[in-house]
Amino acid sequence: MKIIKTASAGTLESSDILVTVQPADILKLELESPVLAQYGEQIEETVRTVLTDLGVKAGLITLQDQGALDCTIRARLETAVRRGAEQEV
Amino acid sequence: MRRSLLFLPGNSPVMLQNGAVMPADALIMDLEDAVAPDQKDAARLLVTSALRTLDYSQEIIIRINASDSGHWQQDLTALVPCRPGAVMTTKSSVEAVKQTAELLTELERANQVTPGAIGIIALIETALGVEQAYEIATASERVSALFLGAEDLAADLRCERTKEGTEIFYSRSRLVLAARAAGIDAIDTPFTDVQDDEGIIADAELARSLGFSGKAAISPRHLSAINQVFSPRPEAIRYALAVMAALEQGKREGKGVVALDGKMIDAPIAARAEQVLTAAEKLGLLPER
Repeated sequence: MKIIKTASAGTLESSDILVTVQPADILKLELESPVLAQYGEQIEETVRTVLTDLGVKAGLITLQDQGALDCTIRARLETAVRRGAEQEV
Repeated sequence: MRRSLLFLPGNSPVMLQNGAVMPADALIMDLEDAVAPDQKDAARLLVTSALRTLDYSQEIIIRINASDSGHWQQDLTALVPCRPGAVMTTKSSVEAVKQTAELLTELERANQVTPGAIGIIALIETALGVEQAYEIATASERVSALFLGAEDLAADLRCERTKEGTEIFYSRSRLVLAARAAGIDAIDTPFTDVQDDEGIIADAELARSLGFSGKAAISPRHLSAINQVFSPRPEAIRYALAVMAALEQGKREGKGVVALDGKMIDAPIAARAEQVLTAAEKLGLLPER
């Protein structure tokens, strides 16, 4: 899936995550999280797995985590990517 | 058992994750009213992801968008692989139930889900829906409950919604009759004043007295009251056990007519006793022998 426009999904409410995707030539992740020290690596691994599953090879992915569970991170990221690729479910 | 059914907004991570520990018999994950039109895609993916990850012990019901919304097919396509217990059709009609049942059959086949495993709960929230309640209840073998949606119904009836519920009395009764005639559950509308702890008990008692199987809630705060009202009471369990014991004794003694406390036990009393004991057994309320 190719990100062709800027798109977002999620919110800044507790237990959610706001994901924004933008077109870019390379793949770059920017993660903010109150649990970055404890779970940053795990969140990044989840994000990279979802991006691989969706076939995303390039894009600026900004994640503003508010303590979201893994299942929420997956859902919000997929929603943002699909919106950015204009392939909504 | 469907004593209490809690609505969860389909696009709320915190509610979906907290739902797993709520004392509801069923969770209704709402993709319709509770989700803004431009967030339908996000809610679909969030609910799907939650169902694949979190361990829910309750029955899962997915409230899908209305058949004229352009979203309902996408809702079913996304959610059928997650094997919910049932889907709830919005503004139900005979046609909408049949359409939903047909697509469920296709999607169950495509996703290796046991044919017929996913039920339909028909949300009745229009005057026409109330009038056609029995036809809707029998439109598909998948229909396992009729569910009264009183807020939209009141708007359709052009009357004010009140706590007393006089304006929906006929509709409640009609729905119970249709559901019971079809051999399925009847679920009552939520009580919408979240702060009124006495009101929820009175409203649930009324619904129970009319024959409803259970009641929906829009707040976890109402679950305890609803569960209590729709559970067999200790005195009812004691009486039901005494009825069954008297019947067994009468059978052993070859009596044609059996009485308990001077009152004849006829077939309806025996049937009611069985219903009480069945419910009590499911809830673990029977005394240990």
